[in-house]
Amino acid sequence: MIELTINNIKVKAEQGMTILDAAKSVGIHIPTLCHMKDLFPTGACRICVCEVEGMRGLTPSCAYPVMPGMKVDTNSARVRVARKTIIELLIENHPQDCLVCVRNKNCELQDLSEKYSIREHRYVGEKKDHAIDISSASMERDPAKCILCGRCVRACHEVQKIGAIDFTNRGFHSTVTTPFNKGLNVSDCILCGQCILVCPTAALREKSNSKDVMNAINKKKFTIAQIAPAVRATFGEEYNLPLGSNVTGQLVTGLRRLGFKKVFDTNFAADLTILEEATELINRVTNNKTLPMFTSCCPGWVKYIEQNRPQLLDHVSTCKSPHEMEGAILKTYYAKKMGIDPKDIFVVSIMPCTVKKFESSRPELTEEHQADVDAVLTTRELVRMFHVAGIDFNDLPEEEFDNPLGESTGAAAIFGTSGGVMEAALRTAYAKLAGKELENLDLQDVRGNDGVKSASIPINGTTINVAVVNGIGNVKPILDEIERGESKYHFIEVMACPSGCINGGGQPIHSKPEKLRKRVQALYDIDLKMKNRRSHENESLKKLYKEFLGEPNGHKAHELLHTTYIDRKKLLLGK
Amino acid sequence: MINKIIEKYPKDDRSNLIALLQDVQTAYGYLPENDLRTVAEYVNLPFSTVYGVATFYNQFRLKPLGKNIIRVCRGTACHVKNSANILVAMETELGIKAGQTTRDKLFTLETVACIGACSLAPVININEDYYGRVVIKEIPKILNKYKKEDTPKNKIEQPESVQ
Repeated sequence: MIELTINNIKVKAEQGMTILDAAKSVGIHIPTLCHMKDLFPTGACRICVCEVEGMRGLTPSCAYPVMPGMKVDTNSARVRVARKTIIELLIENHPQDCLVCVRNKNCELQDLSEKYSIREHRYVGEKKDHAIDISSASMERDPAKCILCGRCVRACHEVQKIGAIDFTNRGFHSTVTTPFNKGLNVSDCILCGQCILVCPTAALREKSNSKDVMNAINKKKFTIAQIAPAVRATFGEEYNLPLGSNVTGQLVTGLRRLGFKKVFDTNFAADLTILEEATELINRVTNNKTLPMFTSCCPGWVKYIEQNRPQLLDHVSTCKSPHEMEGAILKTYYAKKMGIDPKDIFVVSIMPCTVKKFESSRPELTEEHQADVDAVLTTRELVRMFHVAGIDFNDLPEEEFDNPLGESTGAAAIFGTSGGVMEAALRTAYAKLAGKELENLDLQDVRGNDGVKSASIPINGTTINVAVVNGIGNVKPILDEIERGESKYHFIEVMACPSGCINGGGQPIHSKPEKLRKRVQALYDIDLKMKNRRSHENESLKKLYKEFLGEPNGHKAHELLHTTYIDRKKLLLGK
Repeated sequence: MINKIIEKYPKDDRSNLIALLQDVQTAYGYLPENDLRTVAEYVNLPFSTVYGVATFYNQFRLKPLGKNIIRVCRGTACHVKNSANILVAMETELGIKAGQTTRDKLFTLETVACIGACSLAPVININEDYYGRVVIKEIPKILNKYKKEDTPKNKIEQPESVQ
């Protein structure tokens, strides 16, 4: 232990701790902008500076380790002036359109300005002038609002290991952008949106589809909403409900009040996905086809492999992702059953994800020239729409999903977290292969926060080896292993976002890791409380196969529920 | 050609990035986009990082040079002698900004900190030719010479008005 004093308070800190963390442990708050927990400090923004006795300049507390006998002042006149000046300079080179900004009241620069009582414009000078990049279907990039903290660059390079954007140019002309300042749609970006979650301002944000949705509602289209598994566990955060509150019932009511004719559950299609995917896996294992098989629920992961390893596309399951399956069934089976023209149906998916917007625009995901899903809203966008519609979420009564596409099992609920799809698929695959049900349904090996999780499940004398890749940054070694022909796995789940959809790029903006744990727990709790916890026990699903689809992986199922992929590496290289 | 250049350096070693980029620029006169991507893959860095390095240093250019390179001196002596307006006049005449190349690829316009001929301020330099005590109204005439071929090289010329 090291003893030091911070603002005349005696502090005991561990060796290697930074001044920032030591100060935090005794209740002294130091503001930060570029600092990211668990990543190596860069000390770039200088907002966390403090005065250390005996040192000439001001010291960045996020990057400086504590030393015995150190005397630190985090609140001296010099420190306060330095911090205030930094904030003032950042603000003066920032478009001051807070009133009409998507991050109004949820912006770190705005917070700092308020906390440090910035009351005047002391510096007037040249402002940077950049065009907004609206090229991608999922995200917008507004470099004029960028304060160059570099958190998006680090999320992209160090966490996701994609590296689509980086610092370019120099001095006043520094910009975080793509190579040759091109649109995100022609960059290495997979649109996962992890950069949005770490951006302190609105320099990175989702592309909003709320206008399209409101137009469809106003035009009296047959609007149908479906809710992803991960949205129900995070939506309450935006209304100050306890972390991990399950607000499914209120969400259904809210969507009906917003004007949706029907509200269905993507969990139904998650069960459907499991039946299709587990059947595909069994076929591949028993017929010695391409193995290992990858899950295809995560469109960020699909985009990644299309862009980087098109030679491995045969390994990806051909199953559409759950919300696309739900859309396909709605526009065929459900439309026929209800006697509605599929052209009048407008399917809206409420998703924790930014890539789903891109996915829904893929030409492969259509039925007779009708998109399976017409619009995708992120969790954040729906919250804003509820505000506009005057829906007081906390006082909403709970309602049930519409049927028949609203029923689901516990297996579907856990789709929203890393390892969930694997667990759900194994529950069904085991039953189909072994002819009996899996006894212990909680597969702890594939849960948790590790980058790569693996398990071996003995079924009828053979062992099925599975792996779960938690975050796209961990996928490269697994892919290299397959290319060398050394992979022992049969089935691999990949989720592009660390912790899975629960931490998706469309989720409420957060900064605390404990939030993630509680969100995950909420999903496992839903699973535990369910009467049926295996996808093949879903009664509505059995009926759907009997009445319409026939067999899993059958002809009809293949037509509606499976898709194809394309080699995007060629597109990126312009060949 | 690009493969021959990169093969001189060890693979997956980022420490040679700048030397590699210099070699590519020597070969092509600039850094072509596709070759920059090839270099990025070779040294195992994201494309965006390599682009970041290429834009950080002034020595690297990402667009091909024009046939004639015009350098307007923006050193102190030239500045006192009206070089800011010389630059503006040059930009207006060519229809481009400093750092850019005309659409017909005939001229690239650059600024330099000091050419080292302060006694002749304001000075501009086109290819190997130097023009001293330049006045704005002579600029079209100077440029006209380079629109035709076979211009004399390596000779300090002075506009008629000063002679």
